[in-house]
Amino acid sequence: MSREITPEEIDDLYATIREQAASSGYFLNPDEVFTRDLVRSLIVNRERYGYPSCPCRLASGIATEDADIVCPCDYRDPDLAEAGACFCALYVSESIAKGEGKAGPVPERRPAPEERRPGRSSTVSPGASLSYPVWRCRVCGYLCARDEPPEICPICKVKKERFERFM
Amino acid sequence: MEMNRIDGKDRGDVALFTLSTCIWCKKTKALLQEMAVSYRFVDVDLLESTQREKALEELKRFNPLCSFPSLVVNNSTCIVGFDEKKIKEALKGE
Repeated sequence: MSREITPEEIDDLYATIREQAASSGYFLNPDEVFTRDLVRSLIVNRERYGYPSCPCRLASGIATEDADIVCPCDYRDPDLAEAGACFCALYVSESIAKGEGKAGPVPERRPAPEERRPGRSSTVSPGASLSYPVWRCRVCGYLCARDEPPEICPICKVKKERFERFM
Repeated sequence: MEMNRIDGKDRGDVALFTLSTCIWCKKTKALLQEMAVSYRFVDVDLLESTQREKALEELKRFNPLCSFPSLVVNNSTCIVGFDEKKIKEALKGE
């Protein structure tokens, strides 16, 4: 690791992530030592790659290839629904957050490199009868009909690049 | 490919592929340490590109998704993820 991450830096990012989670209906892992360790790794990755990619996955360093694993990743919500935790277990289900049960191992849902979908392009052709294209947030599923996706997802707060053309 | 060696009890060839940022990888290393098993490991995210490609090529033979941690025992069995029970079972010795 290139430099020591200070406890204050971890506090800052931890607080930001916690507030965002709380305001949008997500829950962080209640194990604070574990969660702070993950937050430290997110800071390491942010400095290393320029974006906080998932600490438990190997980033390529190429932003467009890693877009799906920038935390919160595209796979968080289906993993929460099925396993009660995201792949690295930063985010957990409400019942696990309350201490009713523990997060088990979460199998990797991210496709192998050759099967991954590119970021914003879409295989769906736009409906001719639509007055606006419909954009879908790949992280939380939020849909909106407008010329361009919003700069920041109003639900889960990820950036515009995380949207895909839905209709 | 260079791997770090940790000395301990011989339970066959134990190769661990990890990421330096991954907390489940850290837990796996800690478990092997606690079991005092001899193993070799590599933090793939810290390798420069040629070495990284080599490590991934090798890992792909055992775990096509190349997810971490991956624990390869005797060049055959691969335990993916921090699966304490499976790891203890695979490395319990005679």
